[in-house]
Amino acid sequence: MDGLVQLQKQLVDYTASLFHEGFLDDQFNQLQQLQDESNPDFVVEVVTLFFEDAERLLNELTKTLGQPSTDFKKLDAHVHQLKGSSSSIGAHRVHRICISFRNSCEEQNVEGCLKNLQQVTHEYSLVKSKLETLFRMEQQILAAGG
Amino acid sequence: MAVVALETQFHVLAVDDSLIDRMLIERLLKTSSFNVTTVDSATKALKFLGLVEDELKTFETSVASEIHQDVDVNLIITDYCMPGMTGYDLLRKIKESKSLKNIPVVIMSSENVPSRINRCLEEGAEEFFLKPVQQADVNKLKPHLMKSRTKEEQDQPLINNKRKDMEEIYSPNKTRLRCSS
Repeated sequence: MDGLVQLQKQLVDYTASLFHEGFLDDQFNQLQQLQDESNPDFVVEVVTLFFEDAERLLNELTKTLGQPSTDFKKLDAHVHQLKGSSSSIGAHRVHRICISFRNSCEEQNVEGCLKNLQQVTHEYSLVKSKLETLFRMEQQILAAGG
Repeated sequence: MAVVALETQFHVLAVDDSLIDRMLIERLLKTSSFNVTTVDSATKALKFLGLVEDELKTFETSVASEIHQDVDVNLIITDYCMPGMTGYDLLRKIKESKSLKNIPVVIMSSENVPSRINRCLEEGAEEFFLKPVQQADVNKLKPHLMKSRTKEEQDQPLINNKRKDMEEIYSPNKTRLRCSS
């Protein structure tokens, strides 16, 4: 089954590139190791939750930063959550920006926060797209009998 | 249902306000053959453990009525940073309770704060895991469970030899908001 082998190789290469480029870190491997026959969709389930959670938090962050007077406590609480969930699924770049973001909150630096929000929104959309591609490739392999 | 020796089936109560982290810890624990119950708050954990508080006197354990529960929990693993009652508060309540104090408690946190870690260990936590929790961390739990099973008759405080070697660093400028108690 040449087509299947090709697909599998593409998946391996693609996954490797995501690690290499820092989109994902070892925690993502940990997630995959927790998946088995009795929990075949574990990774997709957790990552989907992350997407929902992240989008909600990014909306909240945007709203909070849009207020005339910035509630840094609220900002920090949201960033803390995003930092936690991104770390839990291995979304390395998102996690890293959250660390900077928390520092900006601590310093009560509005400009810094705005910049961090832009960065984290960008990184999130990148990693989301990459993971969706990854999952699509996995589906293709399953469909091809892998 | 497979017949499992009763001795080896441990029941762990996991407490975390993050759904993602609850899913993770549940999978990690189940992979190690633990029975798992997850709750999303310390208050729900206390309810599950049978420790019911008078609504008006949340922090006075002297008025806590302990209801005998058939639930047998062998270990509690809790996040530190949670809205309302923190994992640290939960730890204290458990250690102050006659019926629950011998249950080993493990704290998880995404933040590496030495003073926090020390405070938890001093309050009686068996371990402090940095998030994201790994399989290797979960593998450390069985010894604590075996120990607590054999010491059920005794009433001695456990001396934790595995304390992380850290100096207490007090940084008054570090306001980590609701978790900086």
